[in-house]
Amino acid sequence: MLRLPRLKYLRPRSAREAAAMAAELGPRAMFVAGGTDLFPKLKRRQFEIDTLIGLGFLGHGIRAGAAECHIDAGATLAAMSGDVRLTAGFAGYAEAAGLVSSPPLRNAGTVGGNLCVDTRCNYYDMTYEWRKAAGFCLKKDGDICLVAPSSPRCWAVSSSDTAPMAMALDGVVTLAGPDGDRELPVAALYRDDGIDYMAKQPSEVVTRIRLHAPPGTSSAYVKLRRRGSIDFPIAGAAVAIQLDGNVVSRCRIVLSAVASHPLEATAAEEFLTGKKADEDAIGETADIAAKPAKPLDNADLSHFWRKRMVRVVVEQALRRAATAEGGSRVNLSV
Amino acid sequence: MKGEMARDVERLVLALDVNGERTELLLPVHKTLLEVLREDMRLTGTKHGCELGECGTCTVLVDGAPQLSCLVLPVQIEGRRVTTIEGMANGSVLHPLQQAFVELGAAQCGYCTPGILLAARSLLDGRPRPTREEIGEALAGNLCRCTGYAKILDAVELAAERMA
Amino acid sequence: MTEPNGFAVVGKPLPRVDSVAKVTGRSVYADDMLPARTLHCKILRSPHPHARILAVDTSAARRMPGVLAVITGADLPIKFGILPVTQDERALEHEKVRYVGDPIAAVAATEEEIAAAACDAIAVEYEVLEPVMSIESALAEPKDERIQDYGGPNNIHKLVALEFGDVDGGFARAEHVREDVFFFQGNTHLPMEQHSALATYVDGKLTLWSSTQVVHYVHRALAKVLEMPMSRIRVIGAAHGGGFGGKTDPFAHEIIVSKLAIGTGRPVKCTLTREEVFYAHRGRHPVLMWVRTGVSGEGKILAMHFRTALDGGAYGSYGVASTFYTGALQTVTYDIPAYRFEGCRVFTNKPPCGPKRGHGTPQPRFALELHLDKIAHELGLQGVELKQRNFIRPMTRTVNWLRVTSCGLEECTERVMTASGYMKRERRAGHGMGFAISSYLSGAGTAIYWNDMPHSEVQIKVDRGGVTAYCGAMDIGQGSDSVLATIVAEELGLQPADIRLVTADTDTTPIDLGSYSSRVTFMAGNAALEAARKMRALLVEAVAAKTSKDPETIRVGDGRMGEVSFEEASVLAEARFGTLTTAGSYTPPKLAGPYKGSGVGPSPAYSYSACVVDLDADARSGLVKVNKVWIAHDVGRAINPLLVEGQVEGSVYMGLGEALMEEQAFRKGLHKWPSMLEYKSPTFVDMPEVQTFLVETVDPEGPYGAKEAGQGPLLPVPPAVCAAVHDALGIWIDEVPATPEKVVEALRRKAKGEPPRYGPSRFPTIPFPDPIKAEPPAHGQL
Repeated sequence: MLRLPRLKYLRPRSAREAAAMAAELGPRAMFVAGGTDLFPKLKRRQFEIDTLIGLGFLGHGIRAGAAECHIDAGATLAAMSGDVRLTAGFAGYAEAAGLVSSPPLRNAGTVGGNLCVDTRCNYYDMTYEWRKAAGFCLKKDGDICLVAPSSPRCWAVSSSDTAPMAMALDGVVTLAGPDGDRELPVAALYRDDGIDYMAKQPSEVVTRIRLHAPPGTSSAYVKLRRRGSIDFPIAGAAVAIQLDGNVVSRCRIVLSAVASHPLEATAAEEFLTGKKADEDAIGETADIAAKPAKPLDNADLSHFWRKRMVRVVVEQALRRAATAEGGSRVNLSV
Repeated sequence: MKGEMARDVERLVLALDVNGERTELLLPVHKTLLEVLREDMRLTGTKHGCELGECGTCTVLVDGAPQLSCLVLPVQIEGRRVTTIEGMANGSVLHPLQQAFVELGAAQCGYCTPGILLAARSLLDGRPRPTREEIGEALAGNLCRCTGYAKILDAVELAAERMA
Repeated sequence: MTEPNGFAVVGKPLPRVDSVAKVTGRSVYADDMLPARTLHCKILRSPHPHARILAVDTSAARRMPGVLAVITGADLPIKFGILPVTQDERALEHEKVRYVGDPIAAVAATEEEIAAAACDAIAVEYEVLEPVMSIESALAEPKDERIQDYGGPNNIHKLVALEFGDVDGGFARAEHVREDVFFFQGNTHLPMEQHSALATYVDGKLTLWSSTQVVHYVHRALAKVLEMPMSRIRVIGAAHGGGFGGKTDPFAHEIIVSKLAIGTGRPVKCTLTREEVFYAHRGRHPVLMWVRTGVSGEGKILAMHFRTALDGGAYGSYGVASTFYTGALQTVTYDIPAYRFEGCRVFTNKPPCGPKRGHGTPQPRFALELHLDKIAHELGLQGVELKQRNFIRPMTRTVNWLRVTSCGLEECTERVMTASGYMKRERRAGHGMGFAISSYLSGAGTAIYWNDMPHSEVQIKVDRGGVTAYCGAMDIGQGSDSVLATIVAEELGLQPADIRLVTADTDTTPIDLGSYSSRVTFMAGNAALEAARKMRALLVEAVAAKTSKDPETIRVGDGRMGEVSFEEASVLAEARFGTLTTAGSYTPPKLAGPYKGSGVGPSPAYSYSACVVDLDADARSGLVKVNKVWIAHDVGRAINPLLVEGQVEGSVYMGLGEALMEEQAFRKGLHKWPSMLEYKSPTFVDMPEVQTFLVETVDPEGPYGAKEAGQGPLLPVPPAVCAAVHDALGIWIDEVPATPEKVVEALRRKAKGEPPRYGPSRFPTIPFPDPIKAEPPAHGQL
């Protein structure tokens, strides 16, 4: 049986206290909320820490207004997936939450945790013994990237389903640090680096997220994965569009699992803004959106096929958002 | 990996509510609920297939909702109700789901069965007459290599019918 | 009550006899056992695919608190292996490692985490050798040295060449000849239960509980490696969490815990991690195949030449048998008057391949079904038409001497054709349907090691109304205990739930060779039938004597024997005869043909299946969605239709996984993804509706006419999927798994005017010997 390393478990009562503990302990400690990402990685010895700081104090509430929705970071993905308040413009977020992994993991996994989910790579998300046999990589214990050995950086893939959607909905997170709270747009939460993929301080706790969807917004998330459940995304598209009549007045397209961070397809967003969301425009937008995606050979199926599929998922997501078919979970499983 | 064993084991006295019985145990804090159920409480009906959250075999109910016991620490769920397969029947009377699994041959090797039964129970507790599609969605975190799932779906439908 | 079929319990969908234990969590699997003072064992495995071991230093591990024993290859030097001809494995290697995961040393400690840390503290010095990771490179001269020191040339393990009838003449007469090349990727069993074994050593006797399909072969291997008489070793099959062929070899961890239990005097347990299960493997061989067939203008097969190249991994395992199996059963479904088979297995630096559901036959079945479809297309026929013209008939001997008795191919085909509406299928873009058939053994006709003893034995004891049946058979979830109970109950006029079972325990049960080759219902079933009929005769005789009746007139059923209850009958019989025990055994008829290599393929009966797959395939993405599967299976007779349906549905599931996503892939000398997340096993929401038809041909030699059900129905699924993809998109995916990227690539080639297919382009040059030529049996001989 794979087991956890010996750990201490701290139980702070507030985010401030948790942040102070983290600041004091430094890289020896990590936060744990649902644990669905953390525990497997601890068992595989990808994280080597000696202390866990429990985030059991986090709230799990949701307050939905017409154009803004506040969600506590401790809310489970299952709760978000089934929350009737996440309709209209927020439907894509519920959809993304409902497509994370599998039902029992969604019962444990949290909104905050999914925003912070570690980047993935199939040279890295392996047991200690396997990595020892393969040769350790840049992200843990080694000095080269096994996917791109000549590259100086790590190419692990951002694999969150909800982060791209939160970006498409202009999300803003509240971060609690040892010295107080601050707000940060979700778009600024990530860095294009497989190792240092988060721009927040390690001691900061994500306590809340605020999503924005002005009236007339519709959103959709399309996830590509091999099976209809359990799997991480191998490509995905989160879109939010605001329609003025049949003209797109605002457009956000964010891709999952094609880079080390959720990838904003800004050129495509600009292209579609001001246009009618008809089939031709959607197709062309999808083409443009797919261009910056650079999947590498470190996730399921071949990277050239995944690259090809980026266009397909963007097109599907846009079509669904444009025709207000959001809310029904779409899952492109092989 | 080096140096781990040199660390002291932090032990906590935790009160666990498992199948309606409250037990106080002195536990290393890093032992998962799966290990505590199987090794410390000898409730070996909870099985395991990967210990990484990838197969669903170790599913138990926490406050009625399916969770993977390999990814939960007892310290995280103190005060919450844990239900394992041992707590599913009412004495020697099988739960309707168990009865339907027996009658329709939904368990072959039986190894994934406890986890699937608990996930199905949670579904029926919240949604008494699910469609076949909803049953599949609810159980989609639980792999089974023997049955091809057909008889499991049949059995959950039969149990739902009988419980209605 | 006796049903219209003449049986009281046979043919009824009764619950399994162990089902309540399974649904309440009370079945005790090997890892559930934890006797007092149990030590936990972890195994240090090789990080190199191919290396010489220069030195192993265990001193740091031995010094760790909580470590009670450390053993290395020097402690277990004797080699073992499932086949007598390939005794090439060691429980722990001290000379050379041959794949990443090969066991080197083992630790017994008071805690599993201590054992793991101790393994990490063992220092091994290696001389790294060039790994051999493909069939092509195994055929070439090795850069450093060969993987094994037998076989050859180069890394060839086994070469086979057989010829039956006038093959060249058949091709010369053929109006149409076609050649194709196919590849079937390797995949693994992925049982939900990780292998586990627990050993104790008390009073000079070793007891091993294990998650195994073959207690008898484990028993033999332990005796050999530990140099102990079999009489001092007891092997018990614990409740079983899934095998599919993956627990059919004796395994290193079983020997290791035994050795450690003897050494420490304490119980020792080893449960493999999921990653280690991928290394234990013995799964489906990757097989490259070439086939040439000559047919008449009407599509009658005149000659066939079939070549296979198997990527065997690092050790022999069942590989010699697997190699023969890739050529054996082609003739059991189609009348092939002249047949040449050349097979080759190579060693590579990967976990050893072995038997997985269908053992060596799903790969050639995939190739054969698609190859015949292609010939049919060229002749302007539907695949099903051409296949039907060549179907084997019941009661025939094939050209390679396999005896076919009952055969429900026609009826199976008719059932799935009618139900699916295949011939009238709608034509819309991206929609397709595919058809394929198959056959499988009801038990291998020869034992793994040569002997004249029965393959299965059953004893029945009746004592004051209680009936206990003893049999070495291992219930691996397929329900063999329930089958035995049903047969005994039928004969004694009881219910299956009335029968107590003692199974899979080498101390207390007579032999059964194990749960492999779909042999248990047929062989243990026949043994149970014989034992039960003898017991029935004793009871009836006693009742007849007491009640002054003609034994012929004593009616047995509903818990009664004539005028008395079963319990009273048992008291009368015990008073008359003393201890009431009977025994039955089953030895398959000698069926092998008069040629070397004829031992693989013969079976007392063959099951038959036919399958139609309906799917939609998206030309843009290559995504394939299976809508429905219709499958008909000739099981001879369903002793319990619920269990048979379960076997058929499970086979379809596994077949779809192999067809679409399952893949034992390697990269840079390592298993690419030894995890449940990355090795893709279909989930609930990936599984289409399956409609199952059971066809009963009542086999003349099966118990009540029963044949196998656990393996055969997997076989037609992968070719039916690829045939349906062709129907949908006009491209051939000649390689499984048929992933979307392969579909897209085939479509790209089609659009460029290249051959519209994805698959291997050529079969390598292999130094096959001249074939052993065997005269076909005389026409009409059975």
